[in-house]
Amino acid sequence: MTYYDVIKKYSWDEVTRKIYASTPADVERALSRTGNVSPEEFMALISPAAEPYLEIMAQKSHDITRRRFGNVMQLYVPLYISNYCTNRCVYCGFNCGNKIKRSALTQEEIAKECEALRQHPFRHLLLVTGESPKYSNREYLGESIRTTLRYFEQTSIEVQPMDADDYRYLMDCGLHSVYVYQETYNEQNYPKYHPAGRKADYRYRLETPDRLGEAGVYKIGVGNLIGLEEWRTDAFFTALHVHYLENKYWKTKCSVSFPRLRPFVGEGFQPNYPADERQLLQSICAYRLLSEDVEISISTRENAYFRDNTMQLGVTTISAGSKTTPGGYSDYEATKELEQWSVNDDRSPEAVAESVRAHGLEPVWKDWSTFMQESAIH
Amino acid sequence: MDTLKIGEITFSSRLFTGTGKFSSSSVMQEAIEASGSELVTVALKRVDIRDDQDDILSHLTHPRLRLLPNTSGVRTAREAVFAAQLAREALHTNLIKLEIHPDPRYLMPDPIETLSACETLAKDGFTVFPYLHADPVLCKRLEDAGAACVMPLGAPIGSNKGLVAREFLRIIIEQSNVPVVVDAGIGVPSDAALALEMGADAVLVNTAIAAAGDPVNMAKAFKAAVEAGRMAFLSRPAAPSLTAHATSPLTSFLNNL
Repeated sequence: MTYYDVIKKYSWDEVTRKIYASTPADVERALSRTGNVSPEEFMALISPAAEPYLEIMAQKSHDITRRRFGNVMQLYVPLYISNYCTNRCVYCGFNCGNKIKRSALTQEEIAKECEALRQHPFRHLLLVTGESPKYSNREYLGESIRTTLRYFEQTSIEVQPMDADDYRYLMDCGLHSVYVYQETYNEQNYPKYHPAGRKADYRYRLETPDRLGEAGVYKIGVGNLIGLEEWRTDAFFTALHVHYLENKYWKTKCSVSFPRLRPFVGEGFQPNYPADERQLLQSICAYRLLSEDVEISISTRENAYFRDNTMQLGVTTISAGSKTTPGGYSDYEATKELEQWSVNDDRSPEAVAESVRAHGLEPVWKDWSTFMQESAIH
Repeated sequence: MDTLKIGEITFSSRLFTGTGKFSSSSVMQEAIEASGSELVTVALKRVDIRDDQDDILSHLTHPRLRLLPNTSGVRTAREAVFAAQLAREALHTNLIKLEIHPDPRYLMPDPIETLSACETLAKDGFTVFPYLHADPVLCKRLEDAGAACVMPLGAPIGSNKGLVAREFLRIIIEQSNVPVVVDAGIGVPSDAALALEMGADAVLVNTAIAAAGDPVNMAKAFKAAVEAGRMAFLSRPAAPSLTAHATSPLTSFLNNL
C-alpha cells in the first residue's frame, strides 16, 4: 500500500466541502485536544471558521515548538547546480519551453560554489536541479553530493523523483534528506500544470515519499505549491501525507514547506487560488497542531517581515542568502538571468542570523555530522 | 563527603546537564555553571569536534566541567560505535553517552542496538553511559555488558512529564549494581528531587532548564532540588503509614481478655 491507495479513499470535492462546512465548535474541539490533532480535525483548523482563532492557534503552535525544538532555528542554504529541465510546468522558470540560458555545473564549479558558501557559517546544504536524465541523473547527483560533503556536514536534495534503488545509491554517497513537493494533490487538474515531461506522471510523483521511506532517508520533505488549486484542500492532503508518512516510516522525519505563488503584474502564470500571509500563518500553526515533530520550513520566497515574525510561531528551519541560479554564489552578476524564481528576502545569512538572535533564538548552522551516517563507515 | 563514582570518575554534583535548546551559547554557559553540574552532555551532531573554536565547545571550558559526548542521531550500533571512536580521538575522552533512537519523534531508545553497541564500546575501553527505556531487565543486561551506569528515562525526552516510569525506576534502582542516572522527562525540580529521594544516583536535565523562561535561575532551582532529594534519601525518610491510626482501635477489646 502507498499513499496513492490512501488518497483514493477521498474525494477532492467532498474534502473541500467538509473544510468549508467546519463550524466554530469543530475548531474549538480541535484546539482543546491535548496532543496532535487528527487529519479530520486539521480540516477545521485550516477552514475559514478557524480564522478568528488564529491568535490562539499561534500561541499553541509557539508553545509546542519551543518545548519540542527548543529556542533554536536551523539554517540551510540551497545550491542550484543545474537548470536543464525536460518538464513543462506552467508556473516554473526552468520550464523547458522557456528560452533561458541553461547550465549544469561541473564538479569543479560546484566546489567553487561551496567555497563561496563556506565564507558563511552554513553547514547544511540543499542541492537543487531541474529534471534532466542527461544532465542531472543519479550519477551526477551522487558525485555532486560527494563533492559538497567535502565542505558541508549534511547534503539534501530537491530534484526529480527517482526509484528507491536510486535513493539507496545516493544514501551510499552520503545523501541525508530529500524534498519532493506534490505541487497539487488534485489528480484531475494536475496535468493542467504539468502537461509534459516525466513530471506529468502524478502517481509516480505522489508515491515518491513512499520510495524514500523504503530507502531509509533521514527526512522527507513534502508540500504543495500554494496557488494552483484550492489551498485549504491541498493543505489537508499534505497534512494527511505527513500523518501517513510519520506512522508508516517510523525512522524518517518529515518536513513541510509552503512555496507560494503570488499574483504579479505582467505576463506569466497567475495563481488560481492565492493565499495571503494570514492564511499562510494559519497553515503553519495548523501543521504544528497536527504534528509536534514535523519540521516546518520557510524559504526566501517569503519576505523578511513575514519570516521574522513567524520565527516564533512554529517554523523550525529557514534558508538564507539564497541564490536560485546555478553558479550564483561565486558569480551572481554573470548568472542572474538564470533564476528559477525571485527571492523576496535578500538579506545576507549573517543578517538573517542576527534577526534570529533578536527574536530570542539561537541560529543552528550545524545539527549533523556526516560521520554519523552509515555511508561514512567504509 | 557524599560523592558519586561512575567508572573512574568521582562527582560531587548529582545533577548532569545538557547543551541543547538554549537561546544562546552564553545563556547555556551561565545556566550550566549556575547548576553546579560537573558533567555536561553534548551532541556530536551539533558540535564540530575538529574545530577548537566551535561555539558550543568553547563555552564549556569551566575547569569543573567534564564533557559527555552523545551519539544522538545515529540509528544503529555500528554508527554509534564509529561516532564514539571519532569522539574519543577528537575530544580526548573515554566517556560516551550512548543514544540510539532510530525513532525521530519520541526518540525512544532502541534496546537491541544499544545493548550491542554497549558491549563493543565497553570492551574497547569506553566508559559507557547508555540511555534506555525504564526496562529493569535491559538494565541488568547492560550492566553485564560493561555499562558504567544506566540512564533510564523518566518520560520521553523533552516532554517535561516527570517520572511517569516511576514504578519501573523503583525496580531498576532496587536491583542495580551500577549507578542509576534518571535521564529524560524531568520537567520541574520536584521531579528531580523525587528521583534522588527514591535512590537514583543522579539525574540528567536539559529541556527543563534550557526551555525555562529564566534558564539560569531554573538551573539553580534544580541544583537545590537535587541536593535536597539526595539529603532526604540519606536521611532515611520515615515510612509512610499504611493505615490511619484510629483513636478507638477496633481490636482493643482483646486487651480485656
